[in-house]
Formats: sequence, structure tokens, C-alpha cells
Amino acid sequence: MSEFPPLTFNVPAPELRPGDTPDFSGVEIPRAGSARRPPVDVDPKEIRDLAFTIIRVLSRDGEATGEWAVDLPDDELIEGLRHMMRLRAFDARMLMAQRQGKTSFYMQHLGEEAIACAFQKALNKGDMNFPTYRQAGLLIAQDYPMKLMMCQIYSNAEDPNHGRQLPIMYSSKEYGFFSISGNLSTQYPQAVGWAMASAISNDTRIAAGWVGDGSTAESDYHAAMVFASTYKPPVILNVVNNQWAISTFQGIAKGESGTFAARGHGFGIPSLRVDGNDYLAVLAVGCWAAERARRNLGPTLVEYVTYRAGGHSTSDDPSAYRPKEEGDAWPLGDPILRMKGYLIRKGIWSEDRHTQAEAEIADEVLSAQKEAEAIGTLSSGSAPSARDMFEDVFKEMPPHLIKQRQEAGF
Amino acid sequence: MAKMTMIEAIQSAHDTSMERDERVVVYGEDVGFFGGVFRCTAGLQEKYGPTRCFDTPISESGIVGTAIGMAAYGLKPCVEIQFSDYVYPAYDQIVSEAARLRHRCAGDFTCPLVIRMPVGGGIFGGQTHSQSPEAVFTHVCGLKTVMPSNPYDAKGLLAAAIEDPDPVIFMEPKRLYNGPFDGYHENPVVPWRDHELGEVPEGYYSLPLGKAEIRRPGEQVTILAYGTMVYVAQAAAEEAGIDAEIIDLRTLLPLDMETIKTSVIKTGRCVIVHEATRTSGFGAELATLVQEECFYSLEAPIQRVTGWDTPYPHAQEWDYFPSPVRVSRALQQSMEA
Repeated sequence: MSEFPPLTFNVPAPELRPGDTPDFSGVEIPRAGSARRPPVDVDPKEIRDLAFTIIRVLSRDGEATGEWAVDLPDDELIEGLRHMMRLRAFDARMLMAQRQGKTSFYMQHLGEEAIACAFQKALNKGDMNFPTYRQAGLLIAQDYPMKLMMCQIYSNAEDPNHGRQLPIMYSSKEYGFFSISGNLSTQYPQAVGWAMASAISNDTRIAAGWVGDGSTAESDYHAAMVFASTYKPPVILNVVNNQWAISTFQGIAKGESGTFAARGHGFGIPSLRVDGNDYLAVLAVGCWAAERARRNLGPTLVEYVTYRAGGHSTSDDPSAYRPKEEGDAWPLGDPILRMKGYLIRKGIWSEDRHTQAEAEIADEVLSAQKEAEAIGTLSSGSAPSARDMFEDVFKEMPPHLIKQRQEAGF
Repeated sequence: MAKMTMIEAIQSAHDTSMERDERVVVYGEDVGFFGGVFRCTAGLQEKYGPTRCFDTPISESGIVGTAIGMAAYGLKPCVEIQFSDYVYPAYDQIVSEAARLRHRCAGDFTCPLVIRMPVGGGIFGGQTHSQSPEAVFTHVCGLKTVMPSNPYDAKGLLAAAIEDPDPVIFMEPKRLYNGPFDGYHENPVVPWRDHELGEVPEGYYSLPLGKAEIRRPGEQVTILAYGTMVYVAQAAAEEAGIDAEIIDLRTLLPLDMETIKTSVIKTGRCVIVHEATRTSGFGAELATLVQEECFYSLEAPIQRVTGWDTPYPHAQEWDYFPSPVRVSRALQQSMEA
């Protein structure tokens, strides 16, 4: 007989499920402007607190406050808002296109628009992102042609990926956007490797890896952290904590204590936790991390605290596993409304201009969609050739593939 | 020309490749300062510095994952997995990423990458130091898989693999590192310096991937083998007194089907020998291809001599290893059919 009582098994569960009233009163939201901004060469052990707080710039009243508040020219602020609005409008059109059978699948960014749109502004031409499937804002913020994104989503004859990849798995070397794989966290060590190559080559370019809260549980995430801590390459390691991995709440990947940012401490990597719904905070933290990388100070881990307001994908129905109104109750608000409020308070934006911008953006998106659909959708128009599927398996087609292509009749 | 072991030839391939192309970087566990547990990267860190040849954490997915990022950047990484038995943590990176990158983005990014690994048994390595996992790579579209059987080929093929625009799995039969091995483990190893294929040019050369080599011309039966089994097949043919044509495949994918076809059409008989487990092994693919291409020339059923479908055992190693005795029995059966 053991002198101890029988063991019990712990399975973390979210506090609320469908039917419950959303309640985030247990989520501690620090006041905007309360987090300090350390110098970029700070010793990581001096800033442990920044991995547990939330760095916020935009207050509830629409003010930019604190050490992380940067002074951006008015046109860049307005551009930032417009990028987020464009991404949201793009998502709305493509969700509808999927429902109409014009493509097989789509993944939207609802509620998370600030993260990729603002982060991209911290990068330079030539830097390389290794994105997941929810960072199309990196392309939108560079004015990458929406028509090309749609051609990819429709897998039509002008899809840059030649119809070979799932919708939204874009690739653009020119725009510093590494080909999205669709496998989770595999691209985190690749971002570290790209950054190692840049350092080995005495280049000046930096890399950014992206992963979601759920996929930090993958072993590749930890492999990337080990290599980043060992070789200190110029890489920013982004963790987008949107609370939900399909139906699984973040407590399953992380456990019920600590934060995702805090995991960087074990690797000696400076780690910051930031309000992901705050365009200005994301930009400020992105610039801080990018400066560290450019000064050869090594990697930075950044956790973006946000909320996935929509479904995981068009194949997902969140009402089956979380309260329907949870997104509205999310205490960090809507990134677009917050930025809009700030710009209005600043006197450089208005309700009328916002409404007008919404209409302009809807037109832009619609005209891109018309152009893309004139080429084709997954269900109509011109498609990539079947013969093409045999190309690019290797640079030069080996005899067995030539034979199979002939057998297939292409 | 110099006399080289297979280890020295592989080291020399690294050396000449690094000298010719500064984009070539070499790394892996114990690869840097120490020069690799088998010494295949000896002296490279000293010569090229720690930014081009370095030690890594014990993380195969990290080694391959970072190498894919480097290759996408524009370097030419050549990484070592200490034993092929340890490659499985990197399998996702190899299959889902390296092998598919060019295809999924239509060549926007590419992955010129070499992943080297010692394979095979016969060294009392037990199940964690003896496996031959070639079939788990030949099954993956987008990978090339190479397995040399001697120092001359090892150097030339590794140079070609490093220059290749696509990912290459480079498997080194560790039982051959110091000399050809015919399967008679009680006999002392014949060193490479006494073998003509231990004659290796000191400078740069490369051998094309996808080309097999006929090691012994013959008329009666075709033996398809690669790696260590080339020498086992030679010993078996001699013992059985059968005029076998022995084809060393050298590259499993892309496969030199023309050489195989010409030989089997001539001999009408085919015996396939590999050290890996039998079921779904590369021999199954070879047998199917020979059947598809040479059915009307076949005089006898195609035979397979392979490792058994068990984990590679320690004490029972020589009962597992496809011995010359087993190969000659298969040759005789083929001749009698």
C-alpha cells in the first residue's frame, strides 16, 4: 500500500463552452502604456516581466501612450488602417466565393488583421517571412496584387503556384513571403536556417518565423528555439496566440500556467508579449525585434495576444465548441475599430472618411475579384494544365516521370 | 590519384566542393571540431572555419529544417545525420518540406540540399545503428536517393549530389567505410588501398546521378544490388560458379532502368539483393519494374534476398544479414527454374 492517495490525471479545459456567457474577467489586461521599453541590447534576464505582461499602446480612449508609442506620419497611420480594412474586405469576398463553390477552402483573419499588417512594416525589402496560413496581411501590407492572391485561391491558369497548392498557401520570394507549407511549425526552423544563412553570408537581411499557439507544441518549434538560442541568427520568432487551435483552447498546448512568451526565457531569448489587436504596439515591438536582429543581437520571441474571431477555416464551426458571443466579449477589442478610434481622436480621420474608405476598398477588392474570375475559378474558366503537375517535382524531369506523364495521356 | 578509404573519399568530396563553391556549408552532430564520429568531415572546420563547418544540437529536425531554410536562402547545405537510424525525427522536414518545396510554389523557392547518413549493419550496431531505410525515401516524390559502394563512386557521387538543384539523400554503407565486405565477417577486412576502386583522384570530379555501373559482366543471371550487397553478390556468384552480371545501382532514384533492362533481357533471370527489410522494400519496386519491362524475357521467377522483416538484431546479426550463402542459393534456384 502506498502512503500517498491515488493519482489523478489532469486534462485542462476552457472555462466556458457553448451556451455559457462569455467572461474574460479572469484575463488580466494591463493598462496601455504601462510596459517599459528596454534598450534593444538588454540582457534577456532583465526583461522577464515583459513576457508576462501585455505591451499595449492604444488605450480604450483611443490614445497612444507610453514608451512603446511611436510617432508615425499621418499617411502611414491611415495606410495601416486601410491595410487592415482591405484584408477584412478581402476575407469577406473570399469566404463568400468559397460558399459559392468558386474554391474549395478558405481561411480568414477576422480579429487578427493588425498582426501581419503592422509587423510587415518593421521589415525591409529582402527580409524573409516564413508565414503560417493566417498571415496574408504580410502581402496586403506590401500592396501585393490581390488579383494574384485570388488566382491562387481559385487555382486558375494564372495561379503563381500552378494550381498545385491548397487555397491561401501563397508564395512570393519577391515580397519576402516564403511558400506556405500547410504543415504546422515546420517553417519555424527554416526561418532560423534562413537567418543563419544570412549571417553566414555576412548579409544584412533578417528573417521572421510564424507559428500559432497550438503548434508551439510541435517538436519543430522547440528545435527552432534551440538552434536560435545556439547560433543567435537574425530572426524574429512570432507566436500568434489567438486562443484557439481549431476546437482546442490554448491551455492544451501551453498548460494552465505561464505564457507562450515565457517559454523563450528557458532559451535565453528576449521575449515580449504584445497586444495583437493594437496596430501600434505590434509595429513598435516588431521594430524593436528587427533592430535587435539587424544589430546582430540575435533572435527575439514575440507572443501576440489576440482572438480568432472567425472559424479556423471554412470547414470549421466554432459554435460547436465555444460561446458564440465570445469574440465580441474579447477584452482587447477589434483591431480596426481601435485604430479607427485613434485616428479620429487624433483628428486625421472621421466616420465619413471611414465609410468612404470602406466603399473604395470594397470596390478595389471586387474589381480584383472580377479580374481573377475572368481567368477562372476552381469550378470554371481556364485551369492549369494537367501536364503541369509533373513539372517541378525535380528541376529536370527524370525518365520515370516522363513515362508516367505519357501514361496519363498528357 | 591517391589511395583513399571511403571515409577519406567522402571527406575529400566535401573538401573539394567547399573549395570550389563558398555556398557549400557542412554541419551536423559532432561534425565540426571533431570531424564526425566516422571522420567524414575531418579537418573541414579547421580549413574553412566554424561558419562553414560546425557542430549542431542533437536535433535532426532542426538540422534538416535549418538546412531547408539555408537552401531556400541560396546556400548549398550538406548535412550529416549521424546514423540513418536517427533520421526519423527529420522525416517530416524531408517529406513535407524539402521534397515538395519546388513543386508547391512552382520553383519560386528551391531546396538544393544533401542529407548524408551512414546506413547498414554488420558492425554489431543493433537496431539503432544498422538500418537501411532507403525505401522510406525512394517512396517520396521529389527526393533523389543515392548509395555508393566504393570510395571512387562515393566522392564523385557526393560532389554531384552537392551540385544537384534538388534534395538528395546520400546513404553511406558504413560496413564499406574501410574496405569492401563480402559478408564473411570472420575474415579480416580487405582495406581499400588494395582495391582498384580505392584509387581516387585528389582533385574535383563528379559522377552523374541516375547511372548504374556493371561491376561484373555475365550471361546467366542479373543481380541487382547496391551498397554492401554488391560485394556479397560477387562472393556468392563466385561460390555458386554462376556467370552472373552484377549491377551496382548506385542511384536508386532516379533509377537507371535502361541498364537493368538490357541486362535482364540478355540473361532472362534476375536476383535482387538488399540489406533492408523485405516487405515494401526497394526490391519490391525493382521486381515490379523488371516484371513490367522484361516479362517476356524472363526464364525464372524474380528472386529477392533481403534482411528479414524484423528489427535488426544484435547477437543474431549474421543470421539477419543477407549472406553469400543465401544469395548463392537464390542464384541456384533461379538457374534451376
